[in-house]
Amino acid sequence: MSVLLLAEIHNGHLQKDMLARALTALAPLGEVDVLLAGQNCNQAAEEARHLKGVAKVSVADDASLLHGQAEPLAALIKSVGAAYEHIAAGATAFSRNVLPRVAMMFDVMVLADVTCVKNAETFERPVYAGNAIQTVQSHDRVKIFTVRTAAFSPAGQREGEAAPVESVPVPVDPALSVWVEDKTIVSERPDLTSAKIVVSGGRGLGSEENFHQIAALADKLGGAVGASRAAVDAGYAPNDWQVGQTGKIVAPELYVAVGISGAIQHLAGIKDSKVIVAINKDEEAPIFQVADYGLVGDLFKLLPELTEKIG
Amino acid sequence: MKILVPVKRVFDYNVRVRVRSDGSGVELANVKMSMNPFDEIALEEAVRLKEKGVATEIVAVSIGVPQAKDTLRTVLAMGADRAILVHATDDVQQDIEPLAVAKILAKIVEAENPQLVIAGKQAIDNDMNATGQMLAAALGWGQGTYASALEVSEGAALVTREIDGGLQTLRLKLPAVVTTDLRLNQPRYVALPAIMKAKKKPLEEVALATLGVDIQPRLTVLSTVEPPKRQAGVKLHSVDDLISKLKNEAGVL
Ligand SMILES: Cc1cc2nc3c(=O)[nH]c(=O)nc-3n(C[C@H](O)[C@H](O)[C@H](O)COP(=O)(O)OP(=O)(O)OC[C@H]3O[C@@H](n4cnc5c(N)ncnc54)[C@H](O)[C@@H]3O)c2cc1C
Ligand SMILES: Nc1ncnc2c1ncn2[C@@H]1O[C@H](COP(=O)(O)O)[C@@H](O)[C@H]1O
Repeated sequence: MSVLLLAEIHNGHLQKDMLARALTALAPLGEVDVLLAGQNCNQAAEEARHLKGVAKVSVADDASLLHGQAEPLAALIKSVGAAYEHIAAGATAFSRNVLPRVAMMFDVMVLADVTCVKNAETFERPVYAGNAIQTVQSHDRVKIFTVRTAAFSPAGQREGEAAPVESVPVPVDPALSVWVEDKTIVSERPDLTSAKIVVSGGRGLGSEENFHQIAALADKLGGAVGASRAAVDAGYAPNDWQVGQTGKIVAPELYVAVGISGAIQHLAGIKDSKVIVAINKDEEAPIFQVADYGLVGDLFKLLPELTEKIG
Repeated sequence: MKILVPVKRVFDYNVRVRVRSDGSGVELANVKMSMNPFDEIALEEAVRLKEKGVATEIVAVSIGVPQAKDTLRTVLAMGADRAILVHATDDVQQDIEPLAVAKILAKIVEAENPQLVIAGKQAIDNDMNATGQMLAAALGWGQGTYASALEVSEGAALVTREIDGGLQTLRLKLPAVVTTDLRLNQPRYVALPAIMKAKKKPLEEVALATLGVDIQPRLTVLSTVEPPKRQAGVKLHSVDDLISKLKNEAGVL
């Protein structure tokens, strides 16, 4: 069996936590080769080769791979991946953008959001906004899939010698897209998908200014900030804070939902949280059906009080 | 410029689907069906491009059961000029895999020759998030997925994408495939007269066999089960109670 795992590099930094969690998710398949694509990946390769479960690190160094554009990246994975039986990656926007493209190049299907690798050809994944879990068997020669890393614990450091690093040739960029700019926010807060604590706000917050109260509680707890779609659509919070079926999937030890009603699409993203707390003035809000602890009342009174008394 | 918009008929997003007790799938037989919400956004974007004079014709395509004609009628009412139904199955329970959908769409693209395909980012039933990317690969075109802004000019599309950590802007050479995210636009409401008028717009039906695409599934669904249920917990009466529970009972603080 052979597995190629696509790692991610953001602004020169290996997304190590996600890689380590993906390694745990893929453990049933044995050791994996990690593919790093970008420019000046030495530091990232150095970190990756020390992780448990890594057999080899392949580095593709080229300017065309710097911004994660699907066309050059897919061409690379096609050329490197031909020798593998499995090609996997974390279920992020980055990977979901590229792996289906790779799958078509191999004439195979792709599976999104795998939550369990049962064996070399059998996988579990949620469908219908998490209202059903499917077990699917793949008949394809190469199995290509993204895994939801949030629910897995990170693999530890490797014992003994570090895995070897090799450089791989980079195919010619098909030049179908030109990168113009990235507008990303570099945050001191933990990443939403791996944070131990997540505090999310919904439409109930009413404004962007009020939404700062969510961030204040999250900061006090050392957690990440999330939002419902309605809060993002209203401009209270940036796009990539959206938690749910079509946003980020989280699995923290503590999830605090403030002014969020609990629509199916939102719940799809938080079901694996260990403890859910809900603050809502509507006693009938569906969020209370999944919350371990519910506070019924006005968030503008309860939230500042909670922030003040905690810690 | 011609724009192609693939639309999928899916369960209505307000419906809570039920898993069949024998594990054979979810029950779709008597469920309210609608257009995939992301495809509504795709169509709205195409219509806006036509209103701006950038696009000249909008062709919508759906692949699946004959009932998808209803979805296509709505699409025509929203402003598509023509619709094509590729009749791929009679079984409402059968989902056509993105790989097959992309191959079928590639055939339609070859025949129709659009400059731009705007698809949804994901179908809310299979949540696969794959078809647009696969179609772009099949055609050898560039792709701009998860679009939250789109500007189209002669020969190029400027796409702002929702990525991990923020936004990215790419310039795509046309023809290209774009997939929509939630923030791209707010689809318009279709009034009854538009739906009546749309009945006169052309809706072509194509038999799968004429396209020569193999749609044999690559995946077998072995079982479909309900996820573990979360229990409703307790309602507390004060912030002090909450803090005490989180510390002493849940042990998460
Ligand atoms: C295709 C599609 C994809 C979607 N994907 C997602 C997704 O990924 N994530 C997501 O979150 N949603 C998603 N949605 C949207 C989802 O259906 C809901 O519309 C959304 O989650 C509602 O957000 P909300 O709970 O913040 O707003 P609302 O439903 O409006 O709820 C606001 C809540 O705040 C409470 N409130 C108001 N004021 C106060 C106060 N002063 N004190 C206490 N409580 C107060 C109210 O009682 C109410 O329960 C999607 C929808 C579609 C169609
Ligand atoms: N059966 C289908 N018919 C038409 N378009 C489809 C079909 N399946 C998927 N699509 C398109 O591909 C997008 C992504 O779907 P998916 O890859 O299945 O998540 C949808 O939003 C549609 O635009």
